[in-house]
This record gives sequence, C-alpha cells and structure tokens, in this order.
Amino acid sequence: MAEKPFNDTAYEQFLNKEKIMGSKCKKCGALALPPRPICVSCFSSEMEWVQFKGIGKLAAFTSITVAPPYMAKEGFNRNNPYVVGVVELEEGVKTVARIIGVDARQPEYIKVGTPLKAEFHEKREGTETQMLLAFKP
Amino acid sequence: MRKRKLSRGAAVVGGGLTKLGLFKDRNCKDFFAEAFVEMADSIDKGFNPRDIDAIYVGNYSNDFFVNQSHWGPIIADLLGHVPKPVTRTEGACASSALAFREGVLAIASGLYDIVLVGGFEQMSRRTTEEVAEGLAMASSPYEVAAGFTFPGVFGTMATAYFAKYGADREALFNVTIKSHNNAPLNPKAQFPMTIRDFMNARIEKCRKKGEPVPEWRDEKDFLRDPIVNPPVAWPMHLFDCCPISDGASCLLLVAEDIAKNFTDDPIYLAGMGQGSSYSFHAKKNLTSYEATRYAAKEAFEMSGLTSKDIQFSEVHDCFSIAEIVHMEDLGFFKPGEGYKAVAGGLTRLDGSIPINTSGGLKTKGHPVGATGVAQLCEVWLQLRGQAGKRQVQNSNLRVGAAHNLGGTGGTCTFTILERR
Repeated sequence: MAEKPFNDTAYEQFLNKEKIMGSKCKKCGALALPPRPICVSCFSSEMEWVQFKGIGKLAAFTSITVAPPYMAKEGFNRNNPYVVGVVELEEGVKTVARIIGVDARQPEYIKVGTPLKAEFHEKREGTETQMLLAFKP
Repeated sequence: MRKRKLSRGAAVVGGGLTKLGLFKDRNCKDFFAEAFVEMADSIDKGFNPRDIDAIYVGNYSNDFFVNQSHWGPIIADLLGHVPKPVTRTEGACASSALAFREGVLAIASGLYDIVLVGGFEQMSRRTTEEVAEGLAMASSPYEVAAGFTFPGVFGTMATAYFAKYGADREALFNVTIKSHNNAPLNPKAQFPMTIRDFMNARIEKCRKKGEPVPEWRDEKDFLRDPIVNPPVAWPMHLFDCCPISDGASCLLLVAEDIAKNFTDDPIYLAGMGQGSSYSFHAKKNLTSYEATRYAAKEAFEMSGLTSKDIQFSEVHDCFSIAEIVHMEDLGFFKPGEGYKAVAGGLTRLDGSIPINTSGGLKTKGHPVGATGVAQLCEVWLQLRGQAGKRQVQNSNLRVGAAHNLGGTGGTCTFTILERR
C-alpha cells in the first residue's frame, strides 16, 4: 500500500472503501483512531496503518431530538431523533459514531455496554457520497 | 516540578455585568458600555479610564453570530482607549476567563499596572438552530461529523455517568431546581424564576386560554412532563440546558501593590489555572474533565489552598450534568458523589458549599464570551458582601472560586479569589 499521510482525509478515503484505518506508532505501539501524524504517547512521527475490526461496545450515547441543520437535511427532527455515541473498540480505542438499529425514540431502553458491530452508512449530498462510520447491535 | 507562582500579584477593584437576556435591538457595544459604566461606578475611590494600560476582551464568535470579527479595536474605540493595546481572546465559552488570565499575566510580568478585562456575546440575532450550529463549531471536528450537538455531547457524558455510578435522570432535576431557587435573587438573571414560578405561570396560561390545567405533584413531576420539558438530546431536556443569551461583563484588575489606591476592600487573586483536553471520544475517562483537573491543580498549587478551603464556587453548568462532573473534578466531592451532594442540599445557598449562587448559566444566562468574567463578578460581589439577597451567609467569607469550561471541555479554567 502506498503510504498515505496519517490524516483525516486519508481516514475518510479509507472509510469510503469500507475500511476503518487508524495509525500505530512504530516506536511505542500506541494506536490512534482517526490516525495521528505524531504519537501523543512518545512523540515519534514514525507511523504505520492499522485496520480496526469494527467490533466494540457502547460506552455512552445520546438520542438527539433537536438536530443541527445538516442532520435535519437527512430528515431528522423532533419526531425522528437519531442516536450517536462513543464506541469502545476491541483494540482498546474509542471512537464517535452514529448508532443504528436501536430505537432512538426510546433511549431509556438503550444500554451502555451493548456489543456493537461497524456498519458503513452512505451519506449523499448532491452527487457526492461519503461513507460514514455507524455501529449497530 | 517548579511551583508556579506569579512574580507580582493582582487584585480586582471593580466589576460590572449587564442584565442578561435577548436584546436584538442593541449590540455588543451597548452591552460592553453598560458593563463598563457599572464597573467604573463600583470602584470605591474612583479611577480615571485614561489610566487603563491595556484591555483584554473575550468573545467566542460574534464573527458568526453577528458577522463582525476583530472586536478588540471596536471596544478600544468605544472606551476612548485608542491608541493603547487591546487584545481579543477566544476559548469558546471560556473566552473571557482567558482574557482575565491574560490580564493577570500582563500585570504579573510587570508590563502593566491597570488592566481592563471582560467579555461579550450577542447570540439573539440568529435562530436557535443556527446558534446550535455555531456552538457546535467549538466541539471537535469528529463529534460534528458524527452528528453530535453540544447538548448531545453532554447527554452522552450523562449516560456514561449514569451507567458508572447508578444515577438517573431524576438526579439531574436537583441541579435544575437548586439553580432556579437562586435565580429570583439575582436581578441580572435572564430567568429570575423558580421552577415553582414556571409551574404557576404555565397553569395561569392554561386557565386564561381555557385549556385543561395541568396538575403536577411537585417540581420533579413538572420536570418529568415532556410537554413542558421536552427532550433535546437524551437525557438532556430543555430544563437541563442553559439558554441563548446576550450580554457583557468586565472587571478592573490592578497590581496588588496599588490596589488600595482604588478601594480599601480589594479582592485578591489567590490562584488560577488553565487546562486543555483531547476530543471527547479520546478521553480516558468519559466522566471526568482532565482540563478541569489540570486547571484546578495549577490554581491550588499557586494559592497553597485545597478544595476544602473553597467556601463557594461558580461552576460551569452549561448543562446540568456538567455541574455535577465538574464539582467532582474540582475536588468538592468524590467521583460519583456529586449528584448525591446536590440531592442532599449541600450546594444550595445555605448548604456547606454553595454552588452557582448567581443561579448559574442555566438561569442567569450564558452569553458565551461574557461568561468567564461574569462568574468572577459574582465571586467578587460575594466576597465583598455585596451580593444582596443571594449573599452567602457566612461572617467569615474569605475564599471563592469560578470554574469556566470552553467547548465540550477543550479549554477549562479555575480561578480562586480571596479577601485578605
């Protein structure tokens, strides 16, 4: 694989190929998702790509009823809330993502600790499509 | 590690805060002028505005809110301070706490003796959705991309807190009820009403309109009602969230050695700290703010005080859960004990450590750029015994503090003031 820069753009390009790619510090082994150009544990800038399996559990979440304009465009509103959360991955790092396959109208029944699997969620804006990382039980 | 001390101390000798609320027909120049005049009038022995060496003002995003940036010179022009220096600081909702800090550092360095610090924001000219989008710009890019809002990030923290400590949504009601009990005692508050006042107002409205009159057993029953307290971002509901506000605040800071030229009762800076943090998801502990912990550690180290010495504090309560978690991070209560302390009344005006005597951001209002200095105005007033009906009843009130948070925790400050 040609070495892509360890940045947000590369992270998104990988997501479009349905891959969750982060960085691993060659010196100390610290993982980062999204990738980092500089290791915040040992300050090395020697990185390599690592693919995450996309298996984890729900660490925390919210069900958003008052949606910002860019989410309202997707059809979310007071009557159609959506869930986002923090997912703790098997590899030991956390990420933020849309949580699907749960009842956003009944957040009181969503449980922290629920096992989750990654799913790639296509977001269309005009002619552009971007894959978003989502997780579902 | 080297103990962080200032080379020269600083004192607050005057303060001013506008009435907070939504004032579409005025702008930030009007607000700052109002705060400045009040501040000038509050200086016991008077002062000459020409003696101000420099100005530091906090403003988060009037660039977005009113399409005007570069606010420093606008304020210098307003006050006739030209051509002396003015600097704008930005740290999201902690913008003016950073202005205060810069003012202190400028005095400590020996460069200046008299510094005006303050902040302002006008949020009323945008729609609620636009304000939400404007505020979300201050969270991390990853949170925004995933669809998080500000209330969403704090709601997420609340679910982590509930899961870890066994608290529930009802525990947050106690924070809201407590803050609203202080609100009517603060003439500057945007919502000077208790929850009971809201209930009565609603009942009155229904009676007038001939609609069925709601029956709530008590304040908690009212807060459980989704009609009057609808969800925003689970478990954050309307009454867990601070309002959108306009307003301005300012303080006059002077070198410790000249403070008595302005008043016989200066309030001295005892310690201050500032911290930063990773994006929300990258936090090691989802129920703690490392920026707050670092800021507190710095402030305690500088002052030689501990959390037990703080007699009352303003604590950044943009959302109900934030007040609980921050009180734990500041060491007022152990992790997982904050919500129990609120339920037990310890943070009430007559409790062992009154929190947000001003009514907090929830009821007083939160013009984000003005908030940090507005909190310090409250601490200054309390320590001088001039807080009126909300004065903490303690004949030996000596040490108070203010904690300010920016964004979703990316910038936090903690400032301790003392009366000597």
